[in-house]
Formats: sequence, C-alpha cells, structure tokens
Amino acid sequence: MYKIEIKNLSKTFTVHTQGGIEIRGYENINFEVNNGEFISLFGPSGMGKSSVLKALYRTYTTTSGDILFNFDNGEQVNIATCDESTILNIRKNHIGYVSQFLQILPRISAVNIVANPLIEKGESETASQDKARELLSYLSIKEELFDVSPLTFSGGEQQRVNIAKGIIAPKSVLLLDEPTASLDKINTMKVIEKLLEIKKQGVAMIGIFHDTEAMNAISDKIYDMKERCYANDNQK
Amino acid sequence: MVMELKDIYKIYGSGCDACLNSTGAEFGSSICPHCGSVVAVNNINLHLKKGEILGIVGESGSGKSTLLRLIYQDEKASGGILHLDNLVDELGLYINLLEADENVLAFVRDKIMSMIYQNPMLGLNYQFSAGGNIAEKIIMSGEKKYGEIRERALYFLEKTEIPTERIDDYPDRFSGGQQQRIQISKALSCNPKILLLDEPTTGLDLSVQAKILDLIKVLQKEIGFAMIIVSHDLGVIKHLTDICIVMKNGEIVEYGLSDQILEDPQHPYTQILVSSVL
Repeated sequence: MYKIEIKNLSKTFTVHTQGGIEIRGYENINFEVNNGEFISLFGPSGMGKSSVLKALYRTYTTTSGDILFNFDNGEQVNIATCDESTILNIRKNHIGYVSQFLQILPRISAVNIVANPLIEKGESETASQDKARELLSYLSIKEELFDVSPLTFSGGEQQRVNIAKGIIAPKSVLLLDEPTASLDKINTMKVIEKLLEIKKQGVAMIGIFHDTEAMNAISDKIYDMKERCYANDNQK
Repeated sequence: MVMELKDIYKIYGSGCDACLNSTGAEFGSSICPHCGSVVAVNNINLHLKKGEILGIVGESGSGKSTLLRLIYQDEKASGGILHLDNLVDELGLYINLLEADENVLAFVRDKIMSMIYQNPMLGLNYQFSAGGNIAEKIIMSGEKKYGEIRERALYFLEKTEIPTERIDDYPDRFSGGQQQRIQISKALSCNPKILLLDEPTTGLDLSVQAKILDLIKVLQKEIGFAMIIVSHDLGVIKHLTDICIVMKNGEIVEYGLSDQILEDPQHPYTQILVSSVL
C-alpha cells in the first residue's frame, strides 16, 4: 500500500480580478510514494512543482484528480476533497511541510520555535529545548543566536531554522519545497544527511531541489514534471 | 461537534417572503428590493469542532459581527437553528438555542460561551473592580467559596499580565490595552468551551495588539477552547485561525482552511480582499 497516491492531478487558477482569465498550474500529474521513500519533483520553474506540494498540503485547492492518503490502519482519505477538519487532523498528526521561507510569529526565540513541534508531540519542555539546541548547532547556527527571534537572521540562517523546525519531530509524510535553496554546499549536505536519517525511520518524503547533487543524493525516484513521468534510472 | 448553525438569518425591518432569496452576494446588496428590509445575516450554515479556531472576514456591513452577536444571543435571530454540544432536553434532543428560555441562555453564557468585545466597555462592569468583574463571572459559573474565587481571579490576572496587586482597582483606572486584558480574564474565568471574539485588538497600538494576540494563542493552546474570531486584519486571521469564512452581503461566499483562503482564494470577492493587502 502506498503512503500517498496522486492520480490525474490538475490545477487551473481562475483570476477574477483580471477578468476571469484561467492560468494552467499543472495537468495530469501521477505519482506515488511509499513509506521510507523519497521522491523528487523535477523540472524547470513554472512547471507547478511547488503548486503540487501545496495541493498535497491543501494550501491549494485541486481542480481535478485525487490525492489519496493511506493511514497506517488501512483507512484512506482523499486530501483533494476531504473536509477541513479532516485535513487539519492530517496536518497535525501526519503530514509536515517545510517551505522555502520561515513563516513564524515574531517575538519567539529560535530555540523555542524549533522545540515547539516536539513539545506539541508531548515531550517535556527542557528535553525539547535541548534537542532543538543540538539540531541548531548541527546546522551551524551560532549559539549566541539561539535565544533571539529568527526574524532578525540572515536568509540562510532563517532557512536552517525552518528546516530544523520541520524535521525535529518528523511525521509520517514530509513535504519539502526547496529546503536548501539558499544554503552553501556544506550545510546543504548536512541537511541531506539528516533527511537520510529521517528516511530510514520510514518517513515518506516528497521534495523539490534545485541542486541536482543534493537531489540525487537523497532521491529514490525522480518525477519529471515536464514529461509527466518518472525520469529513467540512467538520468538519475 | 461543539457548535452547529443551520440556516440562521437576521432581518431588520418588516421582512417579506422574498427577502432571503433577493439579497446576498450575487445581488451585491443586503437590502430587499421588495420590502426594503435589511438582511444582515442570510442563511448561515456552519459547524465548529472541539478546539478549532474559526476566523470570519469580510468588509464592514457584511454581517460578521451581527453573526457573532446572534450566536451569543446579544441579538435575537429572525430564524434558524443553533445547536451546542451536550445541550439537550429531558428527551435527549438538541435544544435550539435560538428558541431557548432564559434559564438555558443564562446557563450557556455562564458556563459554555464567552464573548470578548472590541470595546471593553461592553464586556466589563465599571461599577465593579477588576477582580469583582472576574469574580462575577466565576460566581455565575457555580463557584461560591470566596477564597477559591479570589484565587482564580488572581490566576487569570497573572495569566493576562495584569499586576495582581491592582486586583481591587476599577477598570477605568487601567489603560485600554489593560482593560482589554481584564475582559479576556473575565471571559476565560468560567472555563468556556467556546470563545467568541469581535475585533479584539482593533484600535489598540501595535505592541499591545501583538501581546494580546500572543496571549490568546497561548491560552487557547493551554485550555483548548474552540474560538470564533471576527477580524478585518488578515494578519490576525493568518496567525490565529485554522479555518476561515469570508462574508459578503450577509452570506458566506467562501469557506476553507485559512492558508488556502489567503493563498488560493476562489471567490471573486475573496480574491479582491486578499489582493488588497498592502
């Protein structure tokens, strides 16, 4: 049983403020991902890679097609059509999303932002904060920044805080939208190291990378958004 | 389910049979062309689950505050059904709160629902001290022991960062932001299952606004009440709510996850609303 199956997924944006013109997001996308598998979405910008991820998280509505999410107990939910309460539950317990940008409330320190997902999962505050510090140091965030709000950080630092927050308490599915876009080689590879660890724990992952080396290091399958099929193995 | 609304509407004026079908977003008007009545809220259907946070956005005059007042029974709805979790009669059937008697209403307002108004003057009694205001709510919710009441009042004042030594000061001795926090203490002191907020931070300066929103968020996580918040500030909606409805001319024109409403709005009016953010 796949963890997530995407079937004939299409998205059209209707822009009413521009006289109702229709913009094609993507069309007829089909792929599936297993537990402990990493699939990369690949293709030039504008092909709808991020939009597909947003549809999987229901930040975007789906025009047609199915996003079938299989729970461990065998139940199945279509994320494209299920009600809002169901998707809130799925977001809370099953699917995590790491965007390119850190979106947080101001006034909260880096450590607390990263520790929060663990606390929500039920770990004690002090243990969570210790783990958060550990992960932040691993991603080369300077210790003097730990207790400062990340909104004052540089772009690369913010992105590392964002990743730390996204992977510290992985759920069964992780969506990654260019999580390493503004990182240098060393830190990119450190992130990949961590993602490999999480993959081993059985987390199903769908991601977008611009860096092909990073993509090849982590991916089990690569889905070509332009050709709308899996890229063949020698390309990988 | 914590709360369910079915076909709730409110008409100001004489009203006629055609009112509901002749007004709304597709007509761009809340005024009935046949009888001239104003349909402030038009056939609202909504449900709220435990711990969910619902936002209501829309231009002024769209009926969002009226809807909140109809739920809290500050105003009587013209028709519809409002069910609350566990609010049943002797036969085990749901009571329609819109038609409930005074006893039931008092019970609901004392123990199940609390409202926080934009203007603290509506939520506080200025003849009572800060502590007295909170105590009033605690007493109504069933607690009769003085020591216990005082302790709980102090607890909530501390939670809302009001200096506890000022418990016996009157509300008008406090700043606007502090009065708002006293109102929040009062509203939360009866351990409500549903908290209604009508523009709770509009008109406060930015730093106080931020503090109050942080506070509401922390308390919601800690206590776990469901919440309906009316705001025209999309930033508040984005950071505070899970689900959001967009109202226009008394109707719901869009319902969805808050991030979906903001990033992929479907209805023409929502697209205008979202694209108007500076």
